[in-house]
Amino acid sequence: MIKLILCRIFTLPLILFGVAAFTFTLVALSPFDPIRAYVGAETGVSKATKAEIAREWGLDQPPLQQFFTWLGHIVKGDLGNSRLVAGRPVLEVIGSRLGPSVALVGCAFIAVLIGGLILGTFAVMFRDSWFDWCVRSIGYVMTAAPSFWVALLLLQVFAVQLRWLPAGGTNDLRAPTSGTLDLRYWILPVLTLAVTQQSWFTLFVRNSLLEISREDYVQFSRAHGMDELAVLFRHALPNALLPFATLIGSHLGELMAGSILVETIFDWPGLGNLAQRAGLSADLPLLLGITLLGSFFVIAGNLLADLLYRVLDPRIREPLE
Amino acid sequence: MKFIINEYPSVAEQTRRGILHRVPLRVAVAAVGILILGFLALGAYFIRPVDARSVDLQRVLNAPSFGHPFGTDEVGRDLGIRLLHGLRVSFAISILAAIVAILIGGLAGLVAGTLGHWVDSLFMRIVDFVSSQNHLLLGILLVVLFRPIMGGAAAIVLSVGMTHWTTMARIVRGELLSLRERPFISAAINGGANRLRLGWRHYLPHLLPSMGLGLVLLVPHAIFHESALSFLGLGLPPHQASLGNILADGRRSLLAGAWWTSFFPGGLIFIVVLGIGTVGEYLRDLLSPRWRSELEL
Repeated sequence: MIKLILCRIFTLPLILFGVAAFTFTLVALSPFDPIRAYVGAETGVSKATKAEIAREWGLDQPPLQQFFTWLGHIVKGDLGNSRLVAGRPVLEVIGSRLGPSVALVGCAFIAVLIGGLILGTFAVMFRDSWFDWCVRSIGYVMTAAPSFWVALLLLQVFAVQLRWLPAGGTNDLRAPTSGTLDLRYWILPVLTLAVTQQSWFTLFVRNSLLEISREDYVQFSRAHGMDELAVLFRHALPNALLPFATLIGSHLGELMAGSILVETIFDWPGLGNLAQRAGLSADLPLLLGITLLGSFFVIAGNLLADLLYRVLDPRIREPLE
Repeated sequence: MKFIINEYPSVAEQTRRGILHRVPLRVAVAAVGILILGFLALGAYFIRPVDARSVDLQRVLNAPSFGHPFGTDEVGRDLGIRLLHGLRVSFAISILAAIVAILIGGLAGLVAGTLGHWVDSLFMRIVDFVSSQNHLLLGILLVVLFRPIMGGAAAIVLSVGMTHWTTMARIVRGELLSLRERPFISAAINGGANRLRLGWRHYLPHLLPSMGLGLVLLVPHAIFHESALSFLGLGLPPHQASLGNILADGRRSLLAGAWWTSFFPGGLIFIVVLGIGTVGEYLRDLLSPRWRSELEL
């Protein structure tokens, strides 16, 4: 088991190297000209100035050397300098934005888990009732609802019409000393992310539970006269949730994709908002840094899910050791 | 002598008996709705083009009324007409993007499946990498890289195409691997068919149905991706109104109290994605039930 963990952890940098090589090749092969994007439409910039910018950014070097310079920055941990947004090391810029993003995605994830468990379990308990029908139909319909639309609808209702909640940001500008953790600012972003990701997990819980309830051991427990609720919570639910362990990684990826849109709408000071601004100003080092960090999260999430699965499910633990 | 008794008619037989009698209501509604919307979007181009003449500063941000059932936008254009034009642009870009994705995926799957060995493992590693990436983030990177040269529309097509091809590549490769074991393939090889002929004459006709189905299933994803990028300001230029652009415009008027400029564009994206998705999923279950688990796009 420990050997396996070590082995997986040692392959992590290798995969990240692959990701870095892939994205760098993509950038090198594309016809993108960073200096032109920086200078813009201004024609008054002389060739000498452009050459100076190129030297400053290391763009006059051959691509392979540029790649190794960048790798050096990655190993050193600063990921190179951001070009347009701040002119500071990329990691510093990302680091200051990481906390709010992780908090937002984490809250939404917990909301999705709780909501999905409750709705999915009730849908199975009252199978084929109107409640089950509602959960299924709403779940099916909501998979198509774009998160940016849901965000705007919630804004319209709660911020513009009812004026109950603030429209964006993280704290009150008129009273900046009122504390940084004003929970009213969290409700709409978390709600948007949770609502748009909810249906997927709810339907997963429902289908998985239904499948498990046809298993022999569930029937057997019932035949023994075990209480229906006890069967559900002791035998069916833990086993139904088992496959979810493998999906955590990809699901967190989905949440992060959603957070790009939601953070932009609510002006949340997180990574998604940063990614959008880096894209708008064509700040490649920053964008590459965020991409690298994103794949790191997905890989680490998958690794974690894999190990978790081994801990949770004894059936697959044995043969691999 | 009959060893196998067919109790149930085959899928082909069922299809011949009249598919229309068994189509669920929601699928029928979705299909008709999408067709109507498609015709309206095409027709809007001929009825009333959106240009400088449709700007009317007397009617800025009018609420929905009899004259303008969907209201007017921030420069007084009729939102309904504008939405139909946006729908046409969005449809065109997403269908094109889905075709690009299918072509890239099909080609990658074909190469990996026929050449095998290290090419196969290399391609599959790339597939693993791309599918593990955050599609929207990678899409933003691609748009940034290619927009200055290709323009917004082509960059979006490329961005969607290059992030959504992996499922198709996996499916094509899988089908190829199972096809390879079939007797008619060894017959063709023994008959002297070279790789090109094998691919074109024997593999491709078997792959076309799944590729067509993949196309239908990808279109909603492409619409979502396109509108998300345009909404973030990383897509089409403002004068080419797509659904995402119109929604981004509407967002500006939201705090001024105009709900219709964001409600209707987003609602249209929602309806279109839901409709095409419903039809696509129905077709998928009809044509190949074993895809159900494989193609969770």
